[in-house]
Amino acid sequence: MNIAQISLQEQAIIFSAALVLFTSFALLAQQRILASIHVFAWQGFLVATTTALIALVSGQHHLYYSALLTLVLKALLLPWMLHELVRRLGIVHHVETVVQPAMILLAAAALVVFSYYVALPIEKLSSLSTRNTIAISMAVVLIGMLIMVSRRQAVSQVIGFMSMENGLFFVAVVSTHGMPMVVELGIAFDVLVAAVLFGVFFFQIRDSIESLDVDQLNRLSESVEPDGTAE
Amino acid sequence: MTWTGWLLALLQTTLFVACAPLLAIWIKRNKCFWQNRRAPRYVQPYRDLIKLFRKQVVLAENASPLFRMAPYIVFAATIVAAATVPLVATELPTTAIADMLVLIGFLALARFFLALAGMDIGTAFGGMGASREVSLASLAEPALLMVVFTIAMSVQSTNLSNAMTHLLESGLVLRPSLLFALLGLLLVAVAETGRVPVDNPATHLELTMLHEAMILEYSGRHLALMEWAAQLKLMIFGVLIANIFFPWGIATEFTAAALATGLAAVAVKLALLGAILAIAETALAKMRLFQVPQFLNLAFLLALLGALTHIILEAGT
Repeated sequence: MNIAQISLQEQAIIFSAALVLFTSFALLAQQRILASIHVFAWQGFLVATTTALIALVSGQHHLYYSALLTLVLKALLLPWMLHELVRRLGIVHHVETVVQPAMILLAAAALVVFSYYVALPIEKLSSLSTRNTIAISMAVVLIGMLIMVSRRQAVSQVIGFMSMENGLFFVAVVSTHGMPMVVELGIAFDVLVAAVLFGVFFFQIRDSIESLDVDQLNRLSESVEPDGTAE
Repeated sequence: MTWTGWLLALLQTTLFVACAPLLAIWIKRNKCFWQNRRAPRYVQPYRDLIKLFRKQVVLAENASPLFRMAPYIVFAATIVAAATVPLVATELPTTAIADMLVLIGFLALARFFLALAGMDIGTAFGGMGASREVSLASLAEPALLMVVFTIAMSVQSTNLSNAMTHLLESGLVLRPSLLFALLGLLLVAVAETGRVPVDNPATHLELTMLHEAMILEYSGRHLALMEWAAQLKLMIFGVLIANIFFPWGIATEFTAAALATGLAAVAVKLALLGAILAIAETALAKMRLFQVPQFLNLAFLLALLGALTHIILEAGT
């Protein structure tokens, strides 16, 4: 499927899919919490746009509802909730320190190559016009995982998780033109509930270890203070 | 090749060289506008060049012949590089014999002699500037090559003229790879020409200088040539960005009307690009030197992403 031979709408699908991948990389590179929430909102917006474009090209009208759901949930509601959370936790200006940022970005590029390699046989079987974007959407899932692995801050990890969920939804849309509405609604509410639960958890974590740096959870310092005296 | 072709190529290169200070002053005037300063006149860079050409050359006692040769080599290499870039028309004989890799090679040659000249006198600033320039170049060049490869994959040629014709003929195709290549090239261009987030061309502050530190020992006509070469390099990158990614308007045949359209188109494109650069330079602060590798890493990543998206999304059978 050469890009010069397909219609402008299909080109637009491919273009916005590439932009979704770009926002994934931006999320990975972004070290400021507030900015990464904004990038996450843009990713949700782009996924919704791509879904709407696929609905337009393929004539699958139920995808419009999916797109609308994604737009409201991923581009507006969840970023707003995270924003509120960050504001109430008082970490608006927090800057995450990532170890070896250059290596992690190159690892993400390697993940894109890997998902291309994995998706190649699937693309051969599929006859959908969006089959080329399967690899991209899988890469978004894997990069979401990489964000969770490479971050220490609980909030950034949750953003990585949400971005992974974006990727999963994207895989479903481009490989099968969307899941049944019931499943999609279920997942949407799951994510919403997850976001609420994460919010509660953040406060719990902060109350017990006085930080959101989850690396500190590795230490068993409940009974012993850092200087060795018993509590 | 016909006589008209060579004549046009010569004219185009002359135009390139003559207009480089004009682009520089256009950016400077835009910056002055955004920063609420009084702007110099359009003839100012030409006056500066003439003034420097008239002045006596002051050489350090221990300057080697290389120090005296370097400005001519740098200027000549940059002019030859400029000759390979289609400015007004494609399919010129000079653009047919050289491709993008040769262009990068000429720029690297100029940079090599610039760095050598910076170290020649043996002052601390010259050596520091040269080491910084070369260490940044070693990061910028892979990114630039990656951009070239991404473009070459889309248009199946590393020749600039062929690339532009190919993109013109295929019409409006939304290629994500070219978007990423454009972003990557923008970042590389900022680093290579020493504009604001990476280097400040207007300052001679000791600790932050990159390019200026190397030419600190030059005076008179040598300095004029070095500065002209720097302006020319800025123009080369501007024309590359304008004509590869937005090739509309460039002349593909040698008629007076087509050439006039090409000239007007490239002038408008460069003016827009210069205005955007001025706004960016006003809005952004110069970054610390140790953050520049990260900046160039981003450029490389964007170019790599361009190549990957081309393979994944655009190629196919």
